[in-house]
Amino acid sequence: MTRPNNGVSRRTILAGGAAGLAALGMPTILRAADKTLKVGVYGGFFKDSFDKHIFPEFTKATGIAVESIAEPTGEAWLVQLSQAARAGVAPADVSMMSQTALLKGAAGELWAPLDLAKMKNTASLVERFVNKYPDGRVAGIGAVSWYITLVTNTKVFPEAPTSWAALWDPANKDKLGLLALVSNSFLLEVTAATFFGGTQALDDEAGQLKAFEKLAEVKPNVKLWYRDEAQFEQALKSGEIPMGQYYHDVTGLAAADGHPVRSTFPKEGGILDSGSWAVSRASKALDEAHVFIDYMCQPQIQALMSRKVGTSPTVRRDLLDLTDAEFAAVSSDIPPIVPRYDLYLSRADWLNQKWTEMIVG
Amino acid sequence: MTAARPQRLQDYAPLVFPALMLTVFFVVPFGIMVAISFFRRVQGAFYEPDFVFDNYARFLSAFFGQVLGFSLVLATLVALVAVTIAFPFTFLLARLPRRWQVVWLVALLSIVSLSEVIVGFAWSTLFSRTAGVTNILVALGLMSEPMSLSPSFGALLTGLSYHAFPYTVLVLYPALARLDPTLMEAARTLGASPPRAFLTVVVPALRNTILATMIMVFVFALGSYLLPQLLGRPSNWTLSVLITDQAIYQSNLPFAAAMAVFLVLVSLALVGLSLLVGRKEAAQ
Repeated sequence: MTRPNNGVSRRTILAGGAAGLAALGMPTILRAADKTLKVGVYGGFFKDSFDKHIFPEFTKATGIAVESIAEPTGEAWLVQLSQAARAGVAPADVSMMSQTALLKGAAGELWAPLDLAKMKNTASLVERFVNKYPDGRVAGIGAVSWYITLVTNTKVFPEAPTSWAALWDPANKDKLGLLALVSNSFLLEVTAATFFGGTQALDDEAGQLKAFEKLAEVKPNVKLWYRDEAQFEQALKSGEIPMGQYYHDVTGLAAADGHPVRSTFPKEGGILDSGSWAVSRASKALDEAHVFIDYMCQPQIQALMSRKVGTSPTVRRDLLDLTDAEFAAVSSDIPPIVPRYDLYLSRADWLNQKWTEMIVG
Repeated sequence: MTAARPQRLQDYAPLVFPALMLTVFFVVPFGIMVAISFFRRVQGAFYEPDFVFDNYARFLSAFFGQVLGFSLVLATLVALVAVTIAFPFTFLLARLPRRWQVVWLVALLSIVSLSEVIVGFAWSTLFSRTAGVTNILVALGLMSEPMSLSPSFGALLTGLSYHAFPYTVLVLYPALARLDPTLMEAARTLGASPPRAFLTVVVPALRNTILATMIMVFVFALGSYLLPQLLGRPSNWTLSVLITDQAIYQSNLPFAAAMAVFLVLVSLALVGLSLLVGRKEAAQ
């Protein structure tokens, strides 16, 4: 599976866990239904889990058959969708899109505006999971979300750290593993939330430069800037690189398997990344798409996804029947750090250049 | 040996197939890349056909110059290390009984079948503090406590040289297997020790082969983008790593293409230069 926002191949461990869950997983059989909806989902783990646990239930409940399509990684899918839409074709009616890709698509009016009145379950969503065009039309609806948190090896760090500031602690020299790209590590947001009072400190260039300057102080502590998740996960488990940022759900699975690792939500919050459902404007199944998205927003489906897929729910917690342990396995009540996706649209090249110069230079 | 000069058009016929392959698989893709390198990057979208120099302008900075310089130095070092180890190895290999030669060559080919990812992970484990070779040194009493050797420049150089080694041997093997054994015998008859005969007779006799092999390894190492990420620190990242970043993660194909074109031109120039130097020396 691939995290929608970063294009990095997803850990096999999670896939292994899912394969275990669905040991005798049934093949997706397209029932003789009146209507078919083509749904684009990130290939690999996500698609497999949705095919096994979610789509058959949806077809049973609504009579709409789902033809799931594996989306390629990176932004290739966005490019394919927008080129096809120009020709009036929709390779998928509904697609799961990363937040940056969703914004880019919105800039080109790629997404069919959605009608919240037709989707009563969207009222349960946490507000940030409704993506809007600048003029207020709805461009997308939150599909799945997940956390990136502060992770540690329990043998090297008997006490869990409580703040992202631990990354800056001189005592942790050469001990950290951090994501290698500005657009998937979200460390500028972490810096702003930890030292400058919140991500709004990144509003202007002066604030961004200040965050870069502060973040550069972390460099001596970083042993590995990783693109490959497996590399860091392995090093974290062995204690070779005992601290860093990583995915909350997978770290939990590794801990459950007996590895000496833990995931901590720092007091500044975990990083909350997400994918959204969006409908191509070339789609001729807009009504079915509304039914689908509405179905996916139901609290019990979000709970099912938390249990089976390991994603964090997009609806308010009080509506969920998740136990405390089940909720903690995928989320936290501490307000999250939400990435400044807008910056990765408007200042993508500048941020990338500054970032590369900072870590390489 | 002189071949008859081609007289008629059909004498060129044997060239058609290679020329066609070269056109389809090199000239056309490279042409597309050159074209894209002049396209206009649209931030927040993709790119639009245009003819601008922005992508090259962005590349011409001290920062990217430094990265390019590092990549060239690294590739040169890898070529030197790989050939320095592989040349005597292949020389000895070519003198083994046929059966043992086959065993060695099969072993080398099986290394070639390993992907770069596996090679990188294997070396990062070998260089780790928790499971690496330094634990053996500690057990032998040579070190007081295990330490981590990766990521570092040394780890990267080792990984790349290891990865290039089998190819180097396979390129050197035909030349060394065909080497006239009487050359060594003559040198020995004249009183040279085996190492001296090797260094003063075999090495100079195969100077051109060595140079050609080094160029191959150089180009091979220059294109590496996985091992620098697995075994190196960010300061050890090659230009190829940054090209990958731009192409895959930033969707900035015009800039990635411009960097790639620049890299190809610089390496072609260096290869041409070394061939020129080699020919001049041969002429003297």
